[in-house]
Amino acid sequence: MRVRTLRQQEARAGLALISPTLIITLVVVVVPLLWAIMLAFQDVRLINIRRAGLFGNYTLENFTYVLAEPGFWGSLVNTLIYTIAGTALSIVIGLVAALALRDRFPGRTIIRASILVPYIAPVVAVAFLWEVMLNPQFGIVNTWLAEPVAFLTQAKGTFLGMEVPVALITVILFEAWRYFPFAFLFILARLQAMPHELEEAATVDGATPTQRFRYVIMPQLWRIVALLSVLRFVFTFTKFDDVYLLTGGGAGTEVVSVRVYNFLTARDDIGASAAQAIVLALVLVVFLIVYLRSFGSADEQR
Amino acid sequence: MSRDRFERALFRVLRPITIAVLFLVTAFPFFYMVMLSVRDIQELILDPGSLLPERWTLATYRDVLTRQGFLTFMANSAIVAVASVVVTLLISIPGAYAVARLDFFGRRQVHFLFLAVYLFPAIVLAIPLFVLFTMIGLRGSLPGLILVYIAQTVPVTVYMLRNYFETVPASVEEAAAIDGCGRVETIWRVVLPLSKPSLMATGLYAFMIAWNEFLFALLFLVERRDRWTVSLGLSQLAGSIEIPTTVLMAGSVVLTLPIVVLFFASERLLTEGLTAGAEKG
Repeated sequence: MRVRTLRQQEARAGLALISPTLIITLVVVVVPLLWAIMLAFQDVRLINIRRAGLFGNYTLENFTYVLAEPGFWGSLVNTLIYTIAGTALSIVIGLVAALALRDRFPGRTIIRASILVPYIAPVVAVAFLWEVMLNPQFGIVNTWLAEPVAFLTQAKGTFLGMEVPVALITVILFEAWRYFPFAFLFILARLQAMPHELEEAATVDGATPTQRFRYVIMPQLWRIVALLSVLRFVFTFTKFDDVYLLTGGGAGTEVVSVRVYNFLTARDDIGASAAQAIVLALVLVVFLIVYLRSFGSADEQR
Repeated sequence: MSRDRFERALFRVLRPITIAVLFLVTAFPFFYMVMLSVRDIQELILDPGSLLPERWTLATYRDVLTRQGFLTFMANSAIVAVASVVVTLLISIPGAYAVARLDFFGRRQVHFLFLAVYLFPAIVLAIPLFVLFTMIGLRGSLPGLILVYIAQTVPVTVYMLRNYFETVPASVEEAAAIDGCGRVETIWRVVLPLSKPSLMATGLYAFMIAWNEFLFALLFLVERRDRWTVSLGLSQLAGSIEIPTTVLMAGSVVLTLPIVVLFFASERLLTEGLTAGAEKG
């Protein structure tokens, strides 16, 4: 009988223990991803899906069809505006909230808990709540306004004499409201781990509160803010639930993920749906590479 | 007045205002949700600006739970969420232990896979899974949905548990091994009892993902009303004109409450567990 060394035994045990995790991620994530890429290059609908095999007819038709539609580019622009504005707003509000709640005060625990609720609450419930609150007939927000505004069904409106995309702004505000707690949690944790000595030294040297923020606190927060930007950008860029539930993609808020869903279900065009999802993922990867390049080099220079 | 004194005075005023606004913006919608769920629809239409109901009623809850079928939806959601938690823990405990303790081929590469799955867009995954589940007839079944939730949570839960397992001193495990414990017995009798707070947090995370999830429930279950989860049920009924808004509001309280209660209950338990550990160590 071959005797295994302790090291070999350990390697075997490790693989055995990790294998359920690997198998389920491979079967439910990695393999479907590869299949999604294959579907994007085939002409498939649910009706003829059984005929589309591994060696089916590959074609670029889906991509040429999808990219030629003006609706796709419009939704890609919407996705970008929605993502950049939503990410930036949620991080800025999260930063302000973290700074305000940094020092102790009576009732801090309750306020902190209340701030986290929009983030942990089910998206369907909060989206429905916003819909009701913003309803033009009986929404409570509209009873506070001089004239009722159809926040979620109106593509364009005028505000202070300017034309603004009402529904898109509403969806972005929802995004900021729902995800600023995420940024708040991370930034607050970082703030509380910061040593107080540096700030005290700056105070002794006569730095005012804004100077202390600018020259002492913010330099220590850049890393976490950069990480949060990447995370929020990635999550928001492909987000489906929020926009679908609030507007269904109407009133000038169609983002690519909602389009992917509509092609998949309403139009039953799996190939075109997959093609758009792949393009969306590719654009995301390009953005990430550009971001990491420019940020990475800036970080080296510092 | 010097700049420093001016700024200090300014922030002394601004800080409470900021805190008050944040509290109002986050708490008011949920307060309004509850207040709307305990009144009759007539009141809302006649006086949409009122905050407190004139006549309180729980008929909305009776309606939403029985006539609209939310009791069934809750049972479905509970089955899906509890099954997801149990299986996720069963899979990720050995996985996390392996990554934390054992040296095996590909241990370093595993992290990349997990990060990729964590960042991976659900909408891309939705297409092939929708097609696959249609083909093999798993659409409309809860186990299919549970499988997807497990796959999406396991990479994160392995990561969460690994971080904790690494803080368990190896000497404790070695002592167990000398006392004759095998690998599995060591995990079961030594590592897990020491990791209770982390197990709670991990389980809670898996529960929240499964209870709140919407996209896959929509794709897989929409045609089977008797299999709807609470999230899916509320989203599907929200569009109908026949069901009063206040009744649906009761539905969204029913959907939100379990998550909020669980979160606050375990948040306290978690911090207690963590601080207790700190005192001993």
